[in-house]
Amino acid sequence: MAIQFFIPHQISLEVYRGALDWLMIIAGFTMVLGIGSLIIHHTNKLKHQGEGWGYSVVTLLGLVVMAIAGVRGMGIDTPFMQIFIYAQNPIQATMFSLLAFFIASAAYRAFRARSFVATLLLLAAIIVMIGRVPIGAKIWPPIRDISNWLLDYPNMVAKRAIVLGVGLGMISTALKIILGIERSYLGGGK
Amino acid sequence: MNKKLQTRDKGCLRWWILPLAALIFLLALGGGVWAQSPGDTLPPSPPSGVTAFDTPNDAGRNITIDWQLSPDDVRGGKTVKGYDILRSESQEGEFEVVGSVVAGISTFQDDKVDNHKGYFYKVKAKDHLFSESEIVGPVETSGQWYNTNRTVVLIFVVLFTTLVIYFVSSAKKGKKLYVRPIPGMDAVDEAVGRATEMGRPILYILGLSTISDVATIASLTILGRVAKKVAEFQSKLIVPCYDPIVMTVAQEVVKNAYLDAGRPDAYDESNIWFLSQSQFAYAAGVNGIMLRERTATNFYLGMFYAESLILAETGNIAGSIQIAGTDAVVQLPFFITSCDYTLIGEEFYAASAYLSREPKLLGSIKAQDWGKLGLITLIILGGFFASLHIDAFVNLFTVGH
Repeated sequence: MAIQFFIPHQISLEVYRGALDWLMIIAGFTMVLGIGSLIIHHTNKLKHQGEGWGYSVVTLLGLVVMAIAGVRGMGIDTPFMQIFIYAQNPIQATMFSLLAFFIASAAYRAFRARSFVATLLLLAAIIVMIGRVPIGAKIWPPIRDISNWLLDYPNMVAKRAIVLGVGLGMISTALKIILGIERSYLGGGK
Repeated sequence: MNKKLQTRDKGCLRWWILPLAALIFLLALGGGVWAQSPGDTLPPSPPSGVTAFDTPNDAGRNITIDWQLSPDDVRGGKTVKGYDILRSESQEGEFEVVGSVVAGISTFQDDKVDNHKGYFYKVKAKDHLFSESEIVGPVETSGQWYNTNRTVVLIFVVLFTTLVIYFVSSAKKGKKLYVRPIPGMDAVDEAVGRATEMGRPILYILGLSTISDVATIASLTILGRVAKKVAEFQSKLIVPCYDPIVMTVAQEVVKNAYLDAGRPDAYDESNIWFLSQSQFAYAAGVNGIMLRERTATNFYLGMFYAESLILAETGNIAGSIQIAGTDAVVQLPFFITSCDYTLIGEEFYAASAYLSREPKLLGSIKAQDWGKLGLITLIILGGFFASLHIDAFVNLFTVGH
């Protein structure tokens, strides 16, 4: 795939597409392994009546119900899609909405002015937050420009520095694996 | 009598509406004709300077046709409505329209051609009449074996690979390499030890990406090191997985780590299982594990998305020691806020080498440092030349498709 980045020829493209196709096929088979693993894990929990075994019942029940519903069809008016739209989607949305409360608690901890640097962070956060909402410019017009400057310069510099480091780290990790220096992910090496 | 008058009035109205409508129609028709004059009988000027060439740096089967806009394709002047691009396999043969573009556009890519076959092109400017350019061709297309737009990337990759190989071989020869301390990795022993003392398990999250992501592979390499320590400390390791392929690899990694530690009997495959491939179902599942099992230590290493804070905050509430590492820049602030230690970007990729202390792996970290020094130098030079309005230096590093 790394070589394909430099070789646009049709043959190289076909090899690349072939590799992606194989990845999809393998992923399809490993899904069987995944579901098998899920069933074994929760069946064991049920056998041992471990803490929270009731959740395992719900998981296994959900798996069976969705599998049966899926066999009957996956169109828009089918039970499969109805369960997906009216049960799974709201549950997922509920989990996602928890994020708002977690952001509030995390922000409370992060923005406590316990040191000079933490105070700077607090001030920067206040300026950026107020500068991003319409009322900010009404209160004090320059706040929008200061907010944009903070985002476009100090913030962007830090982000790009991290991204450059990540890029080098990725290449280094890829090289270690290609050259066989790092083999621990295959269970080998020291 | 009044009734009669009213009827006659209505009749009068109907009588003059018809001639009025006819007059309006004639005026509109005349206006349309006059609007096209005085050039209505003349076609627009044809496009000039038509060139057709094999699109560079592609897989073939693509010809680019460029032209200069018709002099009548100007705002406020006589308006060309668009251009048709015509193709033929012979100069005298019948040309067929292969594509059209609107006025103001002067390029078109024909991707319905075969390799190694000659094609002729002409471009037609059109309003209600049309005029055609001269014919150009024959043009043949073929796939290229090297993308010249990516030469800068290739040079950088070759240089960086050379650096890695040099430092790895130096390390193999026994050269001592200094690597700055990474607090997050120094805390691994402490975190695993704490879990053992408390008799609680360790939770390891590999992120929500697939095995093709370098971040996941980096996380698996760290998992191997952590699992070995867990086996040595005789603690329990839980690895709920998001992807079945990652799960299979993780099982092998942990199994071998336990073998390396001389404790194959302690390995329990059921502790590494597939949880869910739905983002928030996975987050809910992991949160449940943290609260039920009261994990002493949580590792979040890999690629994370919106669930990062949901996981890390729950772990924080549960009172676990938390070590996170990711290359997802957007998620880093959340981990920094909620975790005890966070490996930022490149530190995450250096963690495996740092934990193993293997010289040849440390050599690659040294190469990363030299790579960074090179980049910093180029950025300073770029800033300097750009300030002097010398764009040639910055343009050297332009990477195309």
